[in-house]
Amino acid sequence: MVAAIEIHQLYKRYGAFSALENINLSIYPGEFFALLGPNGAGKTTLISILAGLTLATSGHAKIMGHDVVSDYVNSRRNLGVVPQELVFDPFFTVREALIIQSGYYGIRKNETWIDEILHRLDLTAKADTNMRALSGGMKRRVLVAQALVHKPPVIILDEPTAGVDVELRQALWFFINQLNREGHTIVLTTHYLEEAEALCHRVAMLKQGKIVALDSIRNLINGIQGCSIQLRLSSETLPPILQEWPGSRHEGLHIFKIKDYFQVETLLAILRSEHIQVLEMQLQQPDLEEVFIKIMGAESSDVS
Amino acid sequence: MIGFYTLFYKELLRFWKVSFQTILAPILSSLLYLLVFSHVLETRVQVYPGISYTSFLIPGLVIMAVLQNTFANSSSSLIQSKISGNLVFILLSPLSYLEIFLAYIGAAVVRGLLVGLGVYGVTMLLYDVPLRLPLWALLFAIAGSMLLGALGIIAGIWSEKFDQLAAFQNFIILPLTFLSGVFYSIHSLPSGWQYLSHLNPFFYIVDGLRYGFLGTSDISPYFSLGVVISCLIVISWLTVWMLKSGYKIRH
Repeated sequence: MVAAIEIHQLYKRYGAFSALENINLSIYPGEFFALLGPNGAGKTTLISILAGLTLATSGHAKIMGHDVVSDYVNSRRNLGVVPQELVFDPFFTVREALIIQSGYYGIRKNETWIDEILHRLDLTAKADTNMRALSGGMKRRVLVAQALVHKPPVIILDEPTAGVDVELRQALWFFINQLNREGHTIVLTTHYLEEAEALCHRVAMLKQGKIVALDSIRNLINGIQGCSIQLRLSSETLPPILQEWPGSRHEGLHIFKIKDYFQVETLLAILRSEHIQVLEMQLQQPDLEEVFIKIMGAESSDVS
Repeated sequence: MIGFYTLFYKELLRFWKVSFQTILAPILSSLLYLLVFSHVLETRVQVYPGISYTSFLIPGLVIMAVLQNTFANSSSSLIQSKISGNLVFILLSPLSYLEIFLAYIGAAVVRGLLVGLGVYGVTMLLYDVPLRLPLWALLFAIAGSMLLGALGIIAGIWSEKFDQLAAFQNFIILPLTFLSGVFYSIHSLPSGWQYLSHLNPFFYIVDGLRYGFLGTSDISPYFSLGVVISCLIVISWLTVWMLKSGYKIRH
């Protein structure tokens, strides 16, 4: 099976600064994949190399088996990119922009498909409006539409929901999810980890140009031992035995780390014997955010 | 082919949608030059025997308008796309660097020729303008505008700000067009200036075009054509190399 995206020993340096270091990554057809990392970790640089906007210092990258440099015509035909910046051509209407974009990919008479994407992105009413007159959210949708005119099997979205209101964000994810179910490979970057957790199968975490974690979200979360229990108690002060229990305090809430559910009983037994009542209780499962903070906070991380 | 054709068409639409500024304004300013200069100099200057100063001036004004507008078209389109960021739509697409080159040049040439025809058309209404060898005139108009279209691409790619593009336009393109013999025959210049004028490639375009209109020129049109084509080849090669290597547009 040809990988949707294949990256092999990729490096990118700007002078002495190393933006990407030895990136190796395979993303398979049909995957919903997230690239995560703090600002400046190299996510956009990596996407730019895949899109041909930036040239790698060394190494190779392929889209559906086509090298992004030597066979750029075919790699770009197979790739749709939604750029992070809200860019548009002020000379044209939405429909004109989409017809022109189709032409760049060698496609004529694309009206049926253009109408369909306009409809699915709820842009039909704005089809003949000049790009300048659209709101930010509308422009974002047009960017998504422009990336899809040539029905690319691989779609990369660079922070598609940055600065987008809740309603549009949900509509966008619904649409992108649909595309994924129709067989498109989706790669996205986002700062909203709960989005990545809800949508993606696998993630790669980048830190200072290196991949520091690459696994399914389930495995990453399972890698975090135990969970935590959050309690509001009738007494502010804890008995000595509980003061040594690993955990923290946050706005009157006591957070106790537990390795397994059996410890819940132990904890409650201690409270009962100390005559402390439980006023509120919440069990917190580890999530992607916890994984992210743990991995990004690690001093020396050489997982890759 | 569809890719090239689309970008070419998009570039045409771009200037056509603002044709007041891109076509009509330059026609008007050429006309102003003509009215003022012909009024002042018609009775005082005769460059070639038997040819009025106005007849001498018109081909020069036509080609000056052509050259300035072809340069303006490709350079301003590129810098606007670069600064507003929408160049990314072209860079993401599978368009080849040759398609990009030809589309930008093609649209620039069309705009240049439209302005040139406009200037010529309006002056025809006012003056009796000869056009003795139209094919020669067309040849120089096309070759010259291709050269300036390519220079416009270079300037648009090289400039990072409107400021730098304006410098390119005002300190290189404008002096070269003004001092290329549009308003005078370089034979009337002192020998030092004559020599310098021969180093200006735009002089050969103007002189060649004037040959097409008047059937007479400062130097042989074949020589001029040779110089213009040679410059065109060198500049085109440089432009294509810049586009191919991604100079300043693919990092």
